[in-house]
Amino acid sequence: MHGYEFYVDPSRCIGCQSCVNACAECETHRGQSMINFDFIDRQGTTATAAYVCWHCEEPTCAMVCPADAIKKGDDGIVQSSLKPRCIGCSNCVLACPFGIPKIFPEFEQMMKCDMCYDRTSVGKKPMCATVCPSQALSYVRSDEIVKRRERPTNVFQFGNQKIVTKVHMMVPAETDAVSLDVLDYMWEESYVSFSQSQ
Amino acid sequence: MAKAPVSPAALLDEFGPHPAYVPPGGWQDESRNPAEKLVKTHCCFCGQQCGIQLKVRGNQVIGFEPWEEFPFNHGMLCPKGVKRYMQGGHPDRLLNPLLRTPEGFRKSSWDEALNFTVKRLKEVQEKYGKDSVAIYGGASLISEKSYLLGKFARVALGTRHIDYNGRLCMVSAGTAYKLAFGVDRSPLPWADILKAQVVLVAGANVAECAPITTDYLWRCRDAGGKLIVVDPRMTPICRNADMYLPVRPGTDLALYMGLLHVILRDGFERRDFIAAHTSGFEQVAESVRAWDPRTAGEKTGVPPEAIERAAHLFAKADRAIALHARGVEHQSKGVENCLALINLCLATGNLGREGAGCAMITGQGNGQGGREHGQKCDQLPGQRSISDPAARAHTAKVWGITPDEIPQAGYSAVEIMEAIHRGEIKALLSCCFNPLVSLPDAKFTQEALEKLEFFGVVDFFMSETAHHADVVLAGSLQEEEEGIGCTNEGRVIHVQKAVDPPGNAKGDSWIYVELAKRLGKEKYFPYKSTKEIYEELREASRGGHADYFGITYEKIDKHMGIFWPCPTLDHPGTPRLFEDGRSFHPDGKHHFVVTEWRESGDPVSAEFPIYLTTGRVVSQYLSGTQTRRIGALVDQYPNPRLEIHPRLAEQYQIKDGDWVAITSRRNEITLQAMVVKTIRPDTVFIPYHWAGKRSANKLTHRTLDPRSKIPEFKVSACQLRKVEAPPDWAIAANGDETKGGDKANARLRVLR
Repeated sequence: MHGYEFYVDPSRCIGCQSCVNACAECETHRGQSMINFDFIDRQGTTATAAYVCWHCEEPTCAMVCPADAIKKGDDGIVQSSLKPRCIGCSNCVLACPFGIPKIFPEFEQMMKCDMCYDRTSVGKKPMCATVCPSQALSYVRSDEIVKRRERPTNVFQFGNQKIVTKVHMMVPAETDAVSLDVLDYMWEESYVSFSQSQ
Repeated sequence: MAKAPVSPAALLDEFGPHPAYVPPGGWQDESRNPAEKLVKTHCCFCGQQCGIQLKVRGNQVIGFEPWEEFPFNHGMLCPKGVKRYMQGGHPDRLLNPLLRTPEGFRKSSWDEALNFTVKRLKEVQEKYGKDSVAIYGGASLISEKSYLLGKFARVALGTRHIDYNGRLCMVSAGTAYKLAFGVDRSPLPWADILKAQVVLVAGANVAECAPITTDYLWRCRDAGGKLIVVDPRMTPICRNADMYLPVRPGTDLALYMGLLHVILRDGFERRDFIAAHTSGFEQVAESVRAWDPRTAGEKTGVPPEAIERAAHLFAKADRAIALHARGVEHQSKGVENCLALINLCLATGNLGREGAGCAMITGQGNGQGGREHGQKCDQLPGQRSISDPAARAHTAKVWGITPDEIPQAGYSAVEIMEAIHRGEIKALLSCCFNPLVSLPDAKFTQEALEKLEFFGVVDFFMSETAHHADVVLAGSLQEEEEGIGCTNEGRVIHVQKAVDPPGNAKGDSWIYVELAKRLGKEKYFPYKSTKEIYEELREASRGGHADYFGITYEKIDKHMGIFWPCPTLDHPGTPRLFEDGRSFHPDGKHHFVVTEWRESGDPVSAEFPIYLTTGRVVSQYLSGTQTRRIGALVDQYPNPRLEIHPRLAEQYQIKDGDWVAITSRRNEITLQAMVVKTIRPDTVFIPYHWAGKRSANKLTHRTLDPRSKIPEFKVSACQLRKVEAPPDWAIAANGDETKGGDKANARLRVLR
């Protein structure tokens, strides 16, 4: 759908798992949910996070695949592994910095969110973002998203790996990029020169 | 003696609940074939009645497709809505009428089952009088069936005792709104939430019990609105609240009187609105004088400074909304709690305008519509009072009888069970109600059921209550009959028939019409379709407060819902009430009503020192008759768990996952602890959707609000005791629900 982008906002997630259940309805993987869902720390908080594949511009999963089974389409969507090529080695599972790909032993294949290709290709929103009652998963135009209190980013820093994604994360209004490693905030000459040489 | 014929385990084995994990035809097989039609209808679960499209193929519901055009939910659904279609083709579905024998239930023909039912009802009435028979209805039924049940009780049976499970849901709010405004409906459409500057959510677990309302709250906040949440538990929406007030169970009234105290003390009341549109202000002002923030704080456990701040936030807004649900309503002062919230809105002039007012979040599917047209013990169609001579005359005319033939008001739902227990009521015909799970004090309910001389049940699955039935009449799911419902907004919606009832199951309306016929009352029940019942309902409601006369099925489809009152065919409906500044009372004023503090009916004590409160989880619905049969929903939360704060848990050496015996003044159950910081440390919480040894309602008490007759589910006293071994229900795999939960149990283990 032209002009529509996918936005993930765990701060709005109410943990209902509507997305988890709805994903399993998808024609391409019926009965299997591709949503990653977590209770962050249920003893301490009701916080939950539901997320889809981030569809990286340079997908780590594809880079590490020894069988060249993971392809990114012209639409920017990183597909599930190609069944004839996938050897079920789990390299992608281990390498993905977001922890998205899953091996389904019964199918001997890695499968993951393909942004509801069957729906988006015919002008529908992805199933999870359609049913989500709390805007934790949204598929909207950018002029809709600017009305939010939070702002979107699609830049993630994992150590020295900077990842730009198709899917956006909603972050506090003053944040430009998501960085989780203390190293990213340190002044250390060797790191600076290393980063710049990348 | 309506005792279950064989052992509970044998009944569970035969009738479930068995969790269904795959759609009719399997994930990879028949259900992959394209749908023959998409039916635009509504979810069968909570009071929001979300729009949904059901995929139908070969007279089976095989899946769903979001209905994005429907204006309330725009395609959004909670997990119950997503998986509701799994009831289609469910292996537990009752496909034939059943008669009880000493060896268990046996299939029968409809003639045999209906004739037997009528024979027994007649025998009981001849022996003990008309009022020895009672009718139970349900708030998940479409309004046509609700109307039919009311007429069936009063015209076909001539009993005054008919009430419904909405008695466990909306009656405190309804009673309060009638007292204050003269009408029982939320005065505003949900779109108003988007325009509010402050929303006070009072005792409403929006995220789990009305998930779609979350979207409205988040959009309100994006526009700058502030959110205040009052709850003994930090429910998921509390994470984004601007203020969270952790009220002690059963003390909400003190909090709201405290808020009004501050507002009046600091002069934030809207004198012009009060003078022009209300009565009774001075008495209410006097009644809150004693509730200064410190006094209210001591009673509620909410800091006095927070009470001051919340009062100022609410009162300084030009547009404020108070949303409330069972947290305040399920109390022996449920009506007072609602009235105190209404008083807050009236004092601050928040009513009858966009983005301002109060609203009740209805819990049951047709919770609003199901109570408007006659299955409530004291009401006739159109929300008319059964004691009002003019209302009786109007209804009698529509029904073709004399006003004297309409019985007077009967007992409410819990009172009916009590009358059964003491032997006053001898026979019960129940539809869409599972009182063994949903009424308080389950042991008492079981004793009562066992005393019945005749018990008939109309239902689509064998509920735990139905185990006690002499006859079970295989009825219909929501998608098997056409009709209307009314949502928590007051929006009348059109429920489409998607499929025929399977096997020999029949539409509920057909069953009651057949019973009426066999009772010799055919001429009063000439209906050949639910639409014919609706046409009579329109006429019966005409001129009442809940006036549906101007609402037709076609009009609903065209406008995607019509808000009542709608008195004429060219009337557009009434999304927002009181815009002319007038209430539905004859004097046109909104009435302030004085609220008085009193203690809970089951107070904490040295022996029972801990508050017990009960409620729902997002993946289950009411007594679980439907949702405990849907595998994905069972897996999401397979068994009730005891939510307990680490500080309280430490006192009893309870760790997360330990087994804990919870004992109230009535009974004891043993559940696994879930140690969380999201609940007050003087309170424990148990969800109530399960039966038998997992039933929270074994612990609750039968104290009722004196006016609304709602039970006090939200406040009981209990004691805790750590036990070393799991209870037998957890060891024995009695009921596949526990077997089916392996995946979820694994996930919960990971969570720990």
